[in-house]
Amino acid sequence: MKDYTYSGRKYILAGAVILLLLVYLFSLMKIQLDNEEYKMLAEKNALYLKTTYPDRGLIYDRNGKLLVYNQPSYDITFIPRELKKLDTLAFCNTLGITLQEFNDRVEKAKDRRLNPGYSTFTEQDFMTQLSAEEYASIQEKLHRFHGFYVKKRAIRQYNCNSAGVLLGDIGQVSQKKIDKDPYYKRGDYIGTQGLESSYEHVLRGKKGTEVYLRNAHGRIQGSYRNGECDTIAVRGKDITLSLDIELQELGERLMENKIGSIVAIEPETGEILCMVSSPYYDPTLLTGRERGKNHIALSKDIRKPLMNRAIMGAYPPGSTFKTSQALTFLEEGIVTPETAFPCHGGFPLNSNRRLKCHAHSSPTALKPAIATSCNAYFCYGLQRMLTSKKYKNINEAMNIWRDYMVSMGFGYRLGVDLPGEESGMIPNAEYYSRKISKAWKAPNVISISIGQGEVTLTPLQIANLGATIANRGTYIIPHVVKEIEGEEIDIKYRTPKKSMADTKVYEDVVKGMRHAVTNGTCRAANIPGIEVCGKTGTAQNKGKDHSAFMGFAPMDKPEIAIAVYVENGGFGARFGVPIGALIMEKYLKGELSEESEAKAKQIQETVIDYGTEER
Amino acid sequence: MEQKKGNILTRIDWWTLILYLSLAVMGWLAICGASYSDVEGGFSEFFNIEQRTGKQAMWMGISVVAGIILMFIKKHTYRNISWIVYIATLALGILTIFIAKDIKGSRSWISIGSFSLQPAEFMKVATALMLAAYIGRREFNIKNSKDLLRCIGIILLPMLIIVGQRETGSALVYLALFIVLYREGMTGIFLLMGISAIIYFVVGIKFSGEMFDELPVAVGPYAVTVLIQFFSIAMVKFWCKHEKTFLILLAVNAGGTLLTYWTAIYLIEFNIMYTQYMILAFNIIYLLLRIRLNKEKTNLFVAIYILGALAFYQSCNYVMYNVLKPHQRIRIEVLLGLEDDLDGAGYNVHQSKIAIGSGGLTGKGFLKGTQTQLGYVPEQDTDFIFCTIGEEQGFLGSAFVMVVFVLFILRLMAIAERQDDKFGRVYGYSLAAIFFFHFTINIGMVLGITPVIGIPLPFFSYGGSSFLGFSILLFTFLRIDADRDPKKHLV
Repeated sequence: MKDYTYSGRKYILAGAVILLLLVYLFSLMKIQLDNEEYKMLAEKNALYLKTTYPDRGLIYDRNGKLLVYNQPSYDITFIPRELKKLDTLAFCNTLGITLQEFNDRVEKAKDRRLNPGYSTFTEQDFMTQLSAEEYASIQEKLHRFHGFYVKKRAIRQYNCNSAGVLLGDIGQVSQKKIDKDPYYKRGDYIGTQGLESSYEHVLRGKKGTEVYLRNAHGRIQGSYRNGECDTIAVRGKDITLSLDIELQELGERLMENKIGSIVAIEPETGEILCMVSSPYYDPTLLTGRERGKNHIALSKDIRKPLMNRAIMGAYPPGSTFKTSQALTFLEEGIVTPETAFPCHGGFPLNSNRRLKCHAHSSPTALKPAIATSCNAYFCYGLQRMLTSKKYKNINEAMNIWRDYMVSMGFGYRLGVDLPGEESGMIPNAEYYSRKISKAWKAPNVISISIGQGEVTLTPLQIANLGATIANRGTYIIPHVVKEIEGEEIDIKYRTPKKSMADTKVYEDVVKGMRHAVTNGTCRAANIPGIEVCGKTGTAQNKGKDHSAFMGFAPMDKPEIAIAVYVENGGFGARFGVPIGALIMEKYLKGELSEESEAKAKQIQETVIDYGTEER
Repeated sequence: MEQKKGNILTRIDWWTLILYLSLAVMGWLAICGASYSDVEGGFSEFFNIEQRTGKQAMWMGISVVAGIILMFIKKHTYRNISWIVYIATLALGILTIFIAKDIKGSRSWISIGSFSLQPAEFMKVATALMLAAYIGRREFNIKNSKDLLRCIGIILLPMLIIVGQRETGSALVYLALFIVLYREGMTGIFLLMGISAIIYFVVGIKFSGEMFDELPVAVGPYAVTVLIQFFSIAMVKFWCKHEKTFLILLAVNAGGTLLTYWTAIYLIEFNIMYTQYMILAFNIIYLLLRIRLNKEKTNLFVAIYILGALAFYQSCNYVMYNVLKPHQRIRIEVLLGLEDDLDGAGYNVHQSKIAIGSGGLTGKGFLKGTQTQLGYVPEQDTDFIFCTIGEEQGFLGSAFVMVVFVLFILRLMAIAERQDDKFGRVYGYSLAAIFFFHFTINIGMVLGITPVIGIPLPFFSYGGSSFLGFSILLFTFLRIDADRDPKKHLV
């Protein structure tokens, strides 16, 4: 029979079947055993992670007064694909918006450039940060509109109307930040300025997640494994500031109508008692639905109220800087307290030019030189140092000078616990070799000895100079946060740093500063019953002189060191000294005397005209 | 005569029955897994007739009863009534086209009361019987082209009717019966042609848009011409068995192709498609000349094959871009990896791969698959039932199912081989081929290997007609096998 020929084909066929089985088993293996990706995709499909937001940490002032707390706010969200049968007009009426606004908001959510996370299946923001009252008025009606949901969030609320730039604020996290830190998801809030930003990790707490099962239509089917995989949100830690809010308020009052800054530090601890940057803004402006509008207005303001001048403004320190020069010269043996230099209306730069000084007796020793703020004395001092045989050459002398300045906290950021600090400027030998010539001479740079020229400091650095002198040579990096709930503050805010000048020479400068208050330029800083030390500063610049003051009190057991800087305020004695005195009086005595209160009112009302130029 | 063979129960092939029952039970459990999320209440709810699982259990019962009834019909009765059954089911199939309600574009379901039946499922039994009876005739000779064409006619007729019902996927199943013809002695050339056609299609379409870096020629059509050269020369080698013809063609084709390719790239740029067509034209002319010199009839066939292959490829292009509807074209493009449309046509396969892939080695456990329970895979209890097994039972479970299924097919082939006549053997092979085709396409589709053709996995996919149809197919064969004479062998 013919059949015999083909019986071999059964092996071919059976072989084909087995081959196919092997191929399928192999691809099954590749999908199931060799690939973790599908597991992830399945989880991504099925598990819906709902984030629960923790309460942000509260902020107290040094006296335990609550400054910043949380208030519930409500975001209205919508799921685009569920909006099919919406009575748009009724909905607009409920929310009190126009049809145009409604369409704009929906379009805005759909714009994938603005909102890359857009999906018709997930919640999209419709209107954010409604207050409890606003929400209450629409709550009852909202459930009638299918597809709209309410997300409860917490926003910041303030018990004070000051220290806005210091406290900072929170806003929606940027895409850049999300890319860098996977903790953040779109729509999360993050501290964007001030303390909210620098203490973000402490304040934010830890988000929790609730895991739900979600079906193919995006509907939630219930909790996953009865909540076994949920994590509970951990509330943020509270922080206590070293700030005295009453002192801060007084400072802001005194700086009204002026541009400038006040920084007060407790010398022993480096705690910042007040940090005023003027013009200032009310932190309550940046909460709630008006936040966006107000923020734009503030950022467009030509006086830059969002800038913290106390740490971001680098100014010529003027005569307040002379104290640091005295310390350097004494320590290096360039002068002794008894060394006297002549001053006949200034320091001769060359045969026909003088760096001018005002009228006072001549020659002057250190103490009267500080007290009367003699320019010539410090110019002679720096000239003597730069030309001293003690050093190999002028460059070495210059760099030693620079080292002294750096040891007092100048030229680099101090490291305050606030974002955006500036370093100021302390020149060195290389700088002048480049800027002037390799053969630069002392007269070229002499004005740095009186806090002019290339030297700039931030008000914080000036205040820290005051604190260092008050401590007779040491300082702790100034900081605003005194305590963090359940943890210690950074070790760097607990460790003293030493200036290169010795305690002994500090005593000489303290005497000079005391003399300035009793007999010199700062007589207005005198507070009855308290030994105040001070130094004025009158810094030249393109416009009218800046008025500055640096001081501390009491002399032998200092409790407060202060720097005041009023842009274009004229003589140091005009604004710097009285403002400094009032702050110190308030802090040391608890309140202002009647006489001082009147003075405060007068200063508050004094307006400095800055024109319309951007600053 | 029947008495001599003893009790029917002792003559049944129990291995087949055991494999069948285990597939059925595993299939039902898989349906439980796939439809669990719709079921409220305890496990007993699975037997509730309102649920899909309950319905399926009922159909399984009906199938077993029908099977037992079929066991009472003798083998020669099956052979004698085969043509009546064939004509009756074809008539019913044609009738269906006109009376059936349109369900998603298909007209294949007849409703009787609350039951719906798909007559196409029973057409397989009829066609297999008819084919077996025809080939089983004493005077049948597969080398006789008239006989062969009639066999092909028996297969194509039901296919046409089912295409008429707009169930192209189910129609393709009948192609599996060509495997039976191959077993019965049809030249393997036909299968080779089929396989080469698939390769032309896949390669041609997949690379039709890709150009050579250096030449203005599309890779797809060029590759197809090279493949046609390869297959035609292979045919000459193994079929015509004329060494000289083979060597000349090999030299001309390989040499010509390489030479023109290098010339075009390194020397003068020209359209290498033309030279390819010239080489193929040479092959045809040479083969035709050889017919006269060698009296080689097969040469004519190869020459026709070359022409036909070219025509086939061109018409594929035409059908793909001018005849197919966009959604059909996208399905093919997704399969060929030209499109990555995960929300559209590729969604099913993507989700099914996620379901299977997330199962891992041991699976997530019965009724615990998230993809399945949350309904991510559409049609997870019918065509995509295998993902439920993959996800909930993991590699071990799904590999076990595959192995059992293949054992079942191999067992059917083994029984087919032991039949005492061609009627029994052809019927047995038809069965094995049909199950094999379903298995290949369905699991291949779920694994993302074969196109998404909507055909069920026998005994697993939810559906009463399908379960009943496959059971009838099997029980008929069990009786045919039981009635064979164990002492008589065909081989």
